[in-house]
Amino acid sequence: LQAAVAGQLKTYEHSWWSEVQMGPPDPILGVSEAYKRDTNPKKINLGVGAYRDDQGKPYVLSCVRKAEAQIAAKKLDKEYLAIGGLGDFTKACAKLALGDDNEVIKSGRNITVQTISGTGSLRIGANFLSRFHTEARDVYLPKPSWGNHTPIFRDAGMQLKAYTYYDPKTCGFDFQGALNDISKIPEKSVIMLHACAHNPTGVDPRPEQWKEIADLVKKRNLLVFFDMAYQGFASGDIDRDAWAVRYFIEQGHNIVLSQSFAKNMGLYGERVGGFTVVCKDAEEAKRVESQLKILIRPIYSNPPMNGARIAATILNTPDLYKEWLGEVHGMANRIITMRELLVANLKKEGSTRNWKHVIDQIGMFCFTGLKPEQVERLTKEFSVYMTKDGRISMAGVTSGNVGYLAQGIHAVTK
Amino acid sequence: IMSLFGEVPQATPVAVFKLSNDFKEDPNPMKVNLGVGAYRTDEGQPWVLPVVKKVEKLIVADNRLNHEYLPILGLPEFRSSASKIALGEDSPAIQESRVGAVQCLGGTGALKMGAEFLRRWYNGNDNMKTPVYVSAPTWENHNSVFANAGFKDVRPYKYWDAEKRGLDLDGFLGDLETAPKHSIFVLHACAHNPTGTDPTHVEWMQVAEVMKRRKLFVFFDSAYQGFASGCLDKDAWAVRNFVTQGFEMFCAQSFSKNFGLYNERVGNLTIVARDADNVRRVLSQMEKIVRVTWSNPPSQGARLVAITLNRAELFAEWKDNVKTMADRVLLMRASLQAKLQALGTPGTWDHITQQIGMFSFTGLNPKQVEYMIKERSIYLMASGRINMCGLTTKNIDYVAKSIHETVVNVQ
Repeated sequence: LQAAVAGQLKTYEHSWWSEVQMGPPDPILGVSEAYKRDTNPKKINLGVGAYRDDQGKPYVLSCVRKAEAQIAAKKLDKEYLAIGGLGDFTKACAKLALGDDNEVIKSGRNITVQTISGTGSLRIGANFLSRFHTEARDVYLPKPSWGNHTPIFRDAGMQLKAYTYYDPKTCGFDFQGALNDISKIPEKSVIMLHACAHNPTGVDPRPEQWKEIADLVKKRNLLVFFDMAYQGFASGDIDRDAWAVRYFIEQGHNIVLSQSFAKNMGLYGERVGGFTVVCKDAEEAKRVESQLKILIRPIYSNPPMNGARIAATILNTPDLYKEWLGEVHGMANRIITMRELLVANLKKEGSTRNWKHVIDQIGMFCFTGLKPEQVERLTKEFSVYMTKDGRISMAGVTSGNVGYLAQGIHAVTK
Repeated sequence: IMSLFGEVPQATPVAVFKLSNDFKEDPNPMKVNLGVGAYRTDEGQPWVLPVVKKVEKLIVADNRLNHEYLPILGLPEFRSSASKIALGEDSPAIQESRVGAVQCLGGTGALKMGAEFLRRWYNGNDNMKTPVYVSAPTWENHNSVFANAGFKDVRPYKYWDAEKRGLDLDGFLGDLETAPKHSIFVLHACAHNPTGTDPTHVEWMQVAEVMKRRKLFVFFDSAYQGFASGCLDKDAWAVRNFVTQGFEMFCAQSFSKNFGLYNERVGNLTIVARDADNVRRVLSQMEKIVRVTWSNPPSQGARLVAITLNRAELFAEWKDNVKTMADRVLLMRASLQAKLQALGTPGTWDHITQQIGMFSFTGLNPKQVEYMIKERSIYLMASGRINMCGLTTKNIDYVAKSIHETVVNVQ
């Protein structure tokens, strides 16, 4: 049989795929894959932003397990969700971001659809803007931004530009630089803002700075695209982390918003997210909704149930919701503690560099300030895995490995 | 203030979902939904497969499992076992390591990923102008998936012969002969949607001969494996035959129907290439496409399917559950045909039992369909397509009588 098949195959002179090049490994997810291959027992994975407990293990939230048990007992069917997703989820998702009493929700002028986590949300958003926001093709990302933002918008047909954001000299926010750049952005362009816990830098504007940004963005008549992947994870407080989003809306910006529940509910692989368009009124929201469905259907028809059901159960059940708030707070606190420990250990190692930014930055990530060559050394010599831009996921730091990590960082920076 | 979205027009709703919506709002107690393609029990209820319930319990109880990200291409044990289902465990392609797979969001997601890849990489870069052929008629979302992936030329190939209510083989072969070389053809692996009309083995081999000679690309859509005849292997005959013939091809698999996992979005794009090196490079490019679309696929459904397929007793139980569904459909087909014949309904109704799978192309015209909906509260697609699963022993008399009345009174 094999010979016969081989004979058949010879009738093709070539493969359809002979010209297909080997694609480069994904810069972020590729890190985890390299980590897995490493046999060094001291290896540390500070690559992908997935929370780990102090034993370095994945953490399934207790409220998630409880929600799962509740759901299992209900014996629900598996019928297709609507294209826009589970209603119980999308309503709660919008409320979480905008606040229970938000006028936008009350007047029905938002449309919120369930998406395939944050990536799926950004992609639907990019597709929507590409098709309907025809006055401007440019999306302005902060410099730097999450690595996957650029390919997503590009693949959707938008053009990418940048505004100053991170100041490598201070490892902090370059507020003046940002304002300068934003003031020059052509009207109607799309500006991407990280709602909280900026990825990859961990550098967030302060409220007074957000206010000035909101003002300037309004003057420039820009379309605001908020990416909120870490609500609750940044400060530990849901409302505090959503403050910028809510402020902008209050100031009259009709924003578009991506939300992810990968990190704050630990539902990474279940792919739970939302995409919201704040419209002029309920009638416009209906039209926008119909077009979002037209965009979603030829990609995956309708979204997966499991994660959305879990999230909805948590958000809509008072004691589970309360438990969730506590667990998010706990995760954020552990991160903050690790930041403090890392700095303390670096000092203990004898480092004389200024590491204040490690504590000032917020959320899962820390922009260490390490240069690519230093990162390479840290990986090769110490089996510490992180992205080339010097970003580390604080979630991968534990009281057990923080000493070793400090050793490595000090070694490559002294 | 001028809204940025002031000019966004209201889009027309997707027909099949609008139908279900209208059905829901109909107060008539006799109403029957023969629209959307989901299995129903004889009580007219959704059916969560017993094996699925069992495996769900296993998953919830297993504290070692968590919700971490899957790899970009999905759960490895799902991908390999899903491909085995399509190609057969002993497939030469698998043994020669020239099969790859991408876990996707349902059959739609698998078609989408395949389409996006082809548009970028098939036959040189940039295939926006490469013709993509879909059957006339076909699942309505096929057109959108390929158009949305950037293909500017999505065309029909002759398939359904309305007059003789069967396959237009000559038309099909004719279109294969005249299609520009390297055109992409979307083939229904079994249980053609919406006609329920599949080529015979001999007819498939004729199709394969032309496609090989004219270097046309084979893209199978396999959404009903097991559901058509009740036997997984039988339903995969065409796919496996094409593999034996040496084709490089894509096969978009859905586990929505045969596992009843509709809302968990479980799909697999199986890739058969000439050798392992080609597979490797293809998969690396698939990763890039996945990353800008959904990053990595959802965990629950794939886990469930992988556990089921990889454990002998569970696999056997699943095959049994699939046969249960397929058998009920066959029973409803036989029953409907018999009743129409007994009523003396004008026309021939053999196609009801000759057609295969979930759907039947009744041959009712749009006016007759409108009559069925408006006057009898029986909901079916404007094309005359009915979902056999919507029939039960309790409503089949009403449906048969209604079809009879419609055919007699409405032309």
